Amino acid sequence: MSATAELRSLRSGRRPAAKQQNKAAFFFLLPWFLGLFVITLGPMIASLYLSFTDYNLLQPPEFAGLDNYSRILDDARLHQSLQVTFVYVLVSVPLQLALALALAVLLDRGIRGLAVYRSVFYLPSLLGSSVAIAVLWRTVFGTEGLFNEVLGLVGIGGRGWISEPETALSTLIVLNVWTFGAPMVIFLAGLRQIPASYEEAAAVDGAGRWRRFWSVTMPLLTPIIFFNLVLQIIHAFQAFTQAFVVSGGKGGPADSTLFYSLYLYQRGFGNFDMGYASALAWLLLLLVGTFTAINFWAAKYWVFYDD
Amino acid sequence: MTDTLAKAAATPPGAARPGGPPRRRLRPVVRSVVKHTVLILCALVMLYPVLWMVVSSLRPNDEIFQAPDLFLTNLEAGNYGKGWNAFSKPFSHFMINSGIVVLGAIVGNLVACSMAAYAFARLEFKGRRWWFAIMLVTIMLPIHVIIVPQYVLFSEFGWINTYLPLIVPKFLATDAFFVFLMVQFIRGIPTELDEAARIDGAGHPRIFLQVILPLMVPALATTAIFTFIWVWNDFFSQLIYLTDPEMYTVPVALRGFVDAQSGTNWGAALAMSVVSLLPVFLVFLFGQRFLLRGIATTGGK
Repeated sequence: MSATAELRSLRSGRRPAAKQQNKAAFFFLLPWFLGLFVITLGPMIASLYLSFTDYNLLQPPEFAGLDNYSRILDDARLHQSLQVTFVYVLVSVPLQLALALALAVLLDRGIRGLAVYRSVFYLPSLLGSSVAIAVLWRTVFGTEGLFNEVLGLVGIGGRGWISEPETALSTLIVLNVWTFGAPMVIFLAGLRQIPASYEEAAAVDGAGRWRRFWSVTMPLLTPIIFFNLVLQIIHAFQAFTQAFVVSGGKGGPADSTLFYSLYLYQRGFGNFDMGYASALAWLLLLLVGTFTAINFWAAKYWVFYDD
Repeated sequence: MTDTLAKAAATPPGAARPGGPPRRRLRPVVRSVVKHTVLILCALVMLYPVLWMVVSSLRPNDEIFQAPDLFLTNLEAGNYGKGWNAFSKPFSHFMINSGIVVLGAIVGNLVACSMAAYAFARLEFKGRRWWFAIMLVTIMLPIHVIIVPQYVLFSEFGWINTYLPLIVPKFLATDAFFVFLMVQFIRGIPTELDEAARIDGAGHPRIFLQVILPLMVPALATTAIFTFIWVWNDFFSQLIYLTDPEMYTVPVALRGFVDAQSGTNWGAALAMSVVSLLPVFLVFLFGQRFLLRGIATTGGK
């Protein structure tokens, strides 16, 4: 059962009351409880408090009321970073999932060499978040990089993909799409759970290949699409490493790769403006939470549950 | 398949053949050829940058940006020597540092997450469903929301420029994703085995250690492998907590190549990038069985 299905099932019935094992459970959960309160919830509450203060790590935090939040309203660089992040999330996630789904469908039904293809497609998603691949991306999409060389071979003039603000973000979108292997593996597992008898029945009824895909496979796959969508959107909102390395930590050129988390890092750990960084962190949580909530709400209209 | 392919190639599409209309026989073959062509093209495009990186790391610097192909004409292994010694410490120093962090993180995740998972999967306790829901939500929590106060907390402890901020949280099961993965796995283990052990007088610690843990080795392997790869690649927290070059891990050191003011030595940068990806690649090669099963059942990153 997936995480989202778990959350859904929370609303439904309870388990029969069994013998409580509170003491043993407390012992086993002790590290997790400590982590939850000291490493996660405690700092969360602390950052909420800090977001109402002026704090530079050296002097104790000074209460500043809603100052940080009113700064949010007229911080042009923040608005730029929001725009960059939205474009990145809204373009790269659908592309990535479409590619993942298309290749999963191609790989389904016992194709020869499945294991090899799957490994090849999956590998980039393990490498993609590393600094090494970001370094590679800079050499591939630089003015004299591999991509321009290849374009030159077919007679297309190149440009400085990373050094020009119009195209810098698209190189990072390509990088995220390149890591479609992980959702593809999840799609493959989902496809395998669809009973072959469904498609056979549709075929007997005279449905063609295309029709069977859209009317049988796709509806049954919507919960997996939903699951991938939720996870990848949350993931993409937090993108950091690639933009940091590709732009040398600046988010340039002309702030065109200034991801939200990169801007937050600059404010917090570059300028030690910790109060404002905390406010930004809570805004991010709010944004991610809203997107996820919209996703769950919209799911009613397009996600099909067989059970 | 080669047999049918040969037949298909030998017969022109329109030619009449005995034994049935030709289109029926040809279609699956054509479909399969098209499918494999598309897949192989995709695979090549996907892998090309990585292969080019490996080849380029063995090229003289002035050739790297002129050769889009994968054929080595002039082998230049010197990039590796230059990259290895590009910083005040040899690159092996950063590899060992990363190794320490990764090892600590793996041990922490294995111990703490398996304990929490046992409680969630096997024990009845007050508010279990809600604690479990909270655990699921923390999987999706952006790290940025807690990083500032966490940084303040750890600097109060004097932990900046140590590996403790990167390791200690793992011993407190903060990587809830693995708790979830293990819960799923334990639920698949028949409870009869626990019952039998209980009748023999075993308490929960013994059932956990002697019955459940040995049976959940695949889930532990998945956890260890994912932890290895994620922590080895992790940049954000290592960048924040490690500012002393002596303590740098591989990703933080690697970034030094790109930040260099005076013209980057790309040959050396690519060479060390290859070195830094090698452990990930090896782990993938030997552990992909566990990785694939892990993400298929829980939907990891």
